[in-house]
Amino acid sequence: MSNEKDWPLWEIFIRSRAGLNHKHVGSLHAADAEMAIENARDVYTRRNEGISIWVVESKYIKASNPADEESLFEPASDKIYRHPTFYDLPDELKHM
Amino acid sequence: MSESSMLKRFEDKIQREIKIEPRDWMPDEYRKTLVRQISQHAHSEIVGMLPEGNWVTRAPSMRRKVALIAKVQDEAGHGLYLYSAAETLGTSRKEMIDDLHSGKAKYSSIFNYPTLSWADIGAIGWLVDGAAIINQVMLCRTSYGPYARAMVRICKEESFHQRQGYEIMLTLARGSEEQKAMAQDALNRWWWPSLMMFGPPDHESKHSAQSMAWKIKRKSNDELRQSFVDATVPQAKLIDLVIPDPDLKWNEDRGHYDFGEIDWEEFWNVVKGNGPCNKQRLEARNKAHDEGKWVREAAAAFAEKQATRRKDVQQKIAS
Ligand SMILES: [Fe+2]
Ligand SMILES: [Fe+2]
Repeated sequence: MSNEKDWPLWEIFIRSRAGLNHKHVGSLHAADAEMAIENARDVYTRRNEGISIWVVESKYIKASNPADEESLFEPASDKIYRHPTFYDLPDELKHM
Repeated sequence: MSESSMLKRFEDKIQREIKIEPRDWMPDEYRKTLVRQISQHAHSEIVGMLPEGNWVTRAPSMRRKVALIAKVQDEAGHGLYLYSAAETLGTSRKEMIDDLHSGKAKYSSIFNYPTLSWADIGAIGWLVDGAAIINQVMLCRTSYGPYARAMVRICKEESFHQRQGYEIMLTLARGSEEQKAMAQDALNRWWWPSLMMFGPPDHESKHSAQSMAWKIKRKSNDELRQSFVDATVPQAKLIDLVIPDPDLKWNEDRGHYDFGEIDWEEFWNVVKGNGPCNKQRLEARNKAHDEGKWVREAAAAFAEKQATRRKDVQQKIAS
């Protein structure tokens, strides 16, 4: 047993092909950002899963609190007028 | 919110098949069970590299060698996905690795059996990865989000593992008399330990009921074992190998194969540390970790130096 510390944790985001967003795929430990990219390439793109990698040290990610889920996201659910289906238009109108 | 209303909310989510995510409230026991199960699963992927790594330098052709290296490399990746999933529950990589290396943590007993011939590499891919896939396909629907996502990735990668193993067995089984005998011998030795991979029978499995209620597991040990037997028997027939179980036969009424009694005494003996390779596996893990220490330290020192340099440059620019 050692008193060694773990390398920092990094969150990995991969763009699977041009035109798509980078998407979170998982995390890994690495001593620095360069190593995080190298490791992410070996771990998360062994079968052509990506063409671009972002790495962010996990401690810099600020997340919403799950306990606030209702107050944050509930207000949108009764605003049905934000959707096109809310509007009553004649059937004769073909494309709109 | 009170503990009891949070528990109610948690159970309601489980009921409605809504995944539990890292920062959601969860009962301590749920967290503990997951940490234990996911870290054991991770350790199994890592220790599982050892019996196969044993044959990398002696693979019979370049084709077999690149496939085996790719498979062993995948297993390292599986270990990483799973350690990361466990870390979202508040444990650390170091704690888990220390527990593995001290012998406190368990890993799948199957990896405490030796790989004596090249055919064992075929048998492992076919049977051991085959059994793992049945378990892991079920776990793709487990209730904890990060575990389920790791399983989806792993399952995508696993199917090549089983196919490469079965191809090795098929080639040997259709080869010379000696090669066929080698394949049969490997099947004889790996069959029963593979059935044990699903864990003790349902009536003796102490964690099962709660894990099923929390939808960590979705099928019982015996159900999974039965699907493995049903899937594997026709595969053995196809390559003319004989499963070493005189009681194995199709049961028309059940619509499943009946099979013989498993030697649970052997299973518990290996779990307790007395299998043929338990000691060797732990020694190999500890040795690799100890010998890699200077590399980890050098990388950390280099990262620190780079960070200081960057800071110096930034200060110079600012002033
Ligand atoms: Fe695996
Ligand atoms: Fe595998």
